[in-house]
Amino acid sequence: MTETKKSTDTPTDAALADARTKGADGIVTCDACPVLCRIRPGKTGACDRYGNVEGRLVRMDPFVVTQKIAAADGRLVPFFGQDWDGNPISGRTTFVTGIGAGTTYPDYKPAPFIVSSEVDGVDMVTVVTEGIFSYCGVKVKIDTDRYVGPEQAAVRVQGEQVGHVTTAEYGSQMLAIGGVRHLTGGSKKEGTVTCDTLLTLCNKGAVEMTIDGGATLVVQAGRPPIINGVQEERMRVGCGSATIGMFARQWFGHADEVIVVDDHITGVLTEHQAGRFLDMRPAGIRVRGRKSTPGRYFQVANPGTGWGGTDITDPLQIIDKIDPKVAWPGLKLLMVSTTGEHAAWYVLDENLQPRPAEMPPEIRKVVERIGENCEPALCTVLFMAGAGGSLRAGVTENPVRLTRSVRAALTRVTSGGAPVYVWPGGGITYMVDVTLMPDQSFGYVPTPAIVAPIEFTLRLDDYRALGGHVEHVRPLASIATEPRLKLAAWRDDNPWPVTPPAAARKGAAE
Amino acid sequence: MNGIQAAILPDGRRLHLQHGPIDLVIRADGAPEEVRAAYAQATAAFQDVLGTLVRELAMLRAPLGDTRPPVEGPVALRMVDACWPYRHEFITPMAAVAGAVADHVLEKMLAGRTIERAFVNDGGDIAFHLSAGWRLNCGVVADLTAPSVDGTIALTAEMPVRGIATSGRAAKGRGGRSFSFGIADAVTVLAADAAAADAAATMIANAVDLPGHPAITRGPACEIDPDSDLGDRLVTLDVGPLPAAAVRAALAAGAARAEALRRTGHIYGAVLVLQQQFATVGARVDRLAA
Repeated sequence: MTETKKSTDTPTDAALADARTKGADGIVTCDACPVLCRIRPGKTGACDRYGNVEGRLVRMDPFVVTQKIAAADGRLVPFFGQDWDGNPISGRTTFVTGIGAGTTYPDYKPAPFIVSSEVDGVDMVTVVTEGIFSYCGVKVKIDTDRYVGPEQAAVRVQGEQVGHVTTAEYGSQMLAIGGVRHLTGGSKKEGTVTCDTLLTLCNKGAVEMTIDGGATLVVQAGRPPIINGVQEERMRVGCGSATIGMFARQWFGHADEVIVVDDHITGVLTEHQAGRFLDMRPAGIRVRGRKSTPGRYFQVANPGTGWGGTDITDPLQIIDKIDPKVAWPGLKLLMVSTTGEHAAWYVLDENLQPRPAEMPPEIRKVVERIGENCEPALCTVLFMAGAGGSLRAGVTENPVRLTRSVRAALTRVTSGGAPVYVWPGGGITYMVDVTLMPDQSFGYVPTPAIVAPIEFTLRLDDYRALGGHVEHVRPLASIATEPRLKLAAWRDDNPWPVTPPAAARKGAAE
Repeated sequence: MNGIQAAILPDGRRLHLQHGPIDLVIRADGAPEEVRAAYAQATAAFQDVLGTLVRELAMLRAPLGDTRPPVEGPVALRMVDACWPYRHEFITPMAAVAGAVADHVLEKMLAGRTIERAFVNDGGDIAFHLSAGWRLNCGVVADLTAPSVDGTIALTAEMPVRGIATSGRAAKGRGGRSFSFGIADAVTVLAADAAAADAAATMIANAVDLPGHPAITRGPACEIDPDSDLGDRLVTLDVGPLPAAAVRAALAAGAARAEALRRTGHIYGAVLVLQQQFATVGARVDRLAA
């Protein structure tokens, strides 16, 4: 969204003054057209194009240009409106994104911007557009071992299915949300709710979702997941078996047995290869579940939101039996989860019953170290979409050549300036981390479909070679006169798209 | 720059005019030079539409009573005319603003031109022109928050219909642009012109209601839009799922209002939609699979 510098239309001064005097309660008077809407915070005017964001009048569908921060004073140098200092716009520091290049008005899309700039003596072209994607969705990675629901289970928002639980990854649960089947293949409400869910997730907002036969989640890109009302703090350091392997030496001499409770593989130190290697005396404590290899057990409990992603709240529940011929009174037992969030210390009494006891500092230190080695649990949202034929036709008369040029790394694809991963194989199917994109990069059309920015950057001569719309190329400087421009700071951790391809393999695409 | 946008849409046939909150999609069919001239006339007529309206906005936002407001603008006159039959209930001329703009631009576009068929679509409120033998297939949208064509109404030149308008409860910020006292997902009205259809759709949509029902959330209009012509009157903000019998009752109340307006000649027909059920009055709707 952009702060409007001045009106694009001219209400009379008297009308304006009159409207201004009514301002109160954070209401902003919009002077973009003669209606002079007074807009409450968080609302939009009659046109829905201008709104009140935290007391400022902003264009709701801005056209976003990013700029590297000038080293001199660390501030953006506006190059339009009254604040422009007159410096030429340089392709070294300014990149035109696709955000707002189109419009959300149905059927009405101005031609995409095709902008040229000179970088290191080479004319570079960036074709800027917004794609309207029916074939799109997000892959959500939720760093947790807590059980969120069975694989393939429906993920619902407001009761509508918007996606499903997909194959779990290491330390993370994965959701696939959106896709053409939910956007346009189901009921209208399913499509609307799916579109709204995708839009919110992609614009870095929070969405509450429920999983059939599983948990209620609150998911937001770059934030910890909230599972059944509990905010996840940490990713597990490893599975129970791996945790045993990592910390065996540090427990050795302080504990006689350590059981690391994990929904995936629960580890038992004295039976584990790591304990054997240290010549530890077998403790005779058998845990429930199915033995995999020595000291490693599957399915010690049901999945849940308790210890180590199980449904266990009292860790002693996973102990099947204690062998009186092997165990001994005074045996010191640590039970701990794979994140160190749960830990309990026991000493066996004369009847070989575990009795809770105060955890020795040496042990507590190692438990805390497990936690320290767990990375913060986050939700990450990757937007994934395929650039269709018509979108590619907006770049070149011969769309397949664009695909080939991307394959040959002559054309760099970005989304809102953020780097993308382009899937191998046919078409231009890409994934992008939404947290690397400017705020409010995504929009929608009522189809329903998601509108996402996409930019193709390549050398002018390569662009000509692939049949590009060279007659529509305009110099970078000319965008300064474009209305509704918004200047956003460039993220320094994103690679700069407008550099000529390093290994400038002229002719590689021909 | 005066903030007015005029552009031919990418299909090369339709004209898009936009100024502030007014968005018009216009199409005229006829000889190419006539269409070009018609589009030029529409664009010219559009230039002062918003500015003229704004000068009389205070009067247009005030509830109608027994005294006719002394407005002079051509669009404002159409608004007052269209709302005048309802002056004994709560209504402001703003109820017909979209339809009146469409009617005005259509009339100016056609003046002196030979055009077979034309329409001016102002955000779903449509004024159209049909010469003998031509017809217009109009899509009906049952849910403004999830727009799709749920049915079609075939309009022929012989029918006394030159305006069609849709009103619903999709409130501002929730998929729509205006407020309703009622709960209809959509009420589509066919009438002699778009302004008449617009005003009637507003009144019929208000009548589709279940006063006091707990699934309906209402709030003062001015809390959402401080300049709303509805002031602090309670408008519908959200409607939860309703039992089928309640939906039928609400639709019946609206249909009764529509039938009364049809019998008195204010409208030609109407289609009322609420939560997957619909009712029709006068109009024949094809393949509405609600």
